[in-house]
Amino acid sequence: MCPQSDDPTASVPDGLEPAEAHSDSYVTTEPSETVVIDAVAPELTSRPRRRRRTQSGQVTVVGVLGELLITAGALVLLFLGWQLWWNDMMMANAQSDAASQISQDWIAAAPTTPEPEPIVDSTQPSAAPVLADYGAPVVGAVPANATAFAVLYVPRFGADYHRSIAEGTGHDVLNSNRLGIGHYAETQMPGEVGNFAVAAHRSAFGGAMHLINELQLGDAIYVQTADGYYTYRYRDTEYVAPSQVQVLASVPNNPVGTAVDRIITLTSCNPLYSTAERIIAYGVLESWQPLSAGAPAELAPIIAAQG
Amino acid sequence: MYAALWRVLPGPIWVRIILVVILVLAVLAVLATWVYPWIDGILNSQEATVGGA
Repeated sequence: MCPQSDDPTASVPDGLEPAEAHSDSYVTTEPSETVVIDAVAPELTSRPRRRRRTQSGQVTVVGVLGELLITAGALVLLFLGWQLWWNDMMMANAQSDAASQISQDWIAAAPTTPEPEPIVDSTQPSAAPVLADYGAPVVGAVPANATAFAVLYVPRFGADYHRSIAEGTGHDVLNSNRLGIGHYAETQMPGEVGNFAVAAHRSAFGGAMHLINELQLGDAIYVQTADGYYTYRYRDTEYVAPSQVQVLASVPNNPVGTAVDRIITLTSCNPLYSTAERIIAYGVLESWQPLSAGAPAELAPIIAAQG
Repeated sequence: MYAALWRVLPGPIWVRIILVVILVLAVLAVLATWVYPWIDGILNSQEATVGGA
């Protein structure tokens, strides 16, 4: 757009007001003779302006190509935003809701009459609060692939954090709208002697292990199943190559060892937003209690809040 | 391309602006609902397991 040709007053001689020039253009008196020409001038000058517009509006191959490339760049950026923020958030909410539902169903189905209080060994001097002993943890049957059989609670990941754990680590589990955490089929079940190993995304797809690097020694990792609550305590983290399957051994990193402990292993990708490495977090089973005995003290309000 | 689209749109400038906003939102909705999930399934860019299971 050319400012000179656009402004009708621009070519008005000095001393003439713009309004004057405009009204004078219809008067045929002598002094206004030049003004008439000047008033016509904008229309004359608009002709080259129009020509320029058609030139710039002409569809050229390079022009279209440039616009397509800019559009493609914008779409790729939008995809990242969608994947890492919008869809991640939507999936996290959906997975969380599904996990709440499963948990509530289990609690509703659990026997209403609490089991008899376990006998606490009073001969033991209790410096620390005695943990109720419900015997050896119940080990559930191995479910079918992509079937949710447990709910994971990690208060360190947020008070409202709860996700379903399903059998198998395929995309039908990890990328699912209602599952999110997958159990390595070749590893043990919750509460079983050996290694209960699970995988989940660090970012995108609900990012169930988004904060796995924030775990601190002794943090509770609760696993709820239809049988009861398994309380694990976080022990340590290691960073390994994606090929290092030894972390899944019943004695992690010792494939020939004989398992004694009940371990939980969380695996996810590392660093954040990359898949170059894997981050592995281990926990050790601390206690077990049946569903009818209610949730562990720290977990009870979290369970109640999701109802 | 976009200049041609702008000229094709009818009405005064504020009508055109509203139309452009509606068009952009429609494109975003189509992307988020169908296109991006489809690409996500193909790219499979986020692996979280060990052993490539």
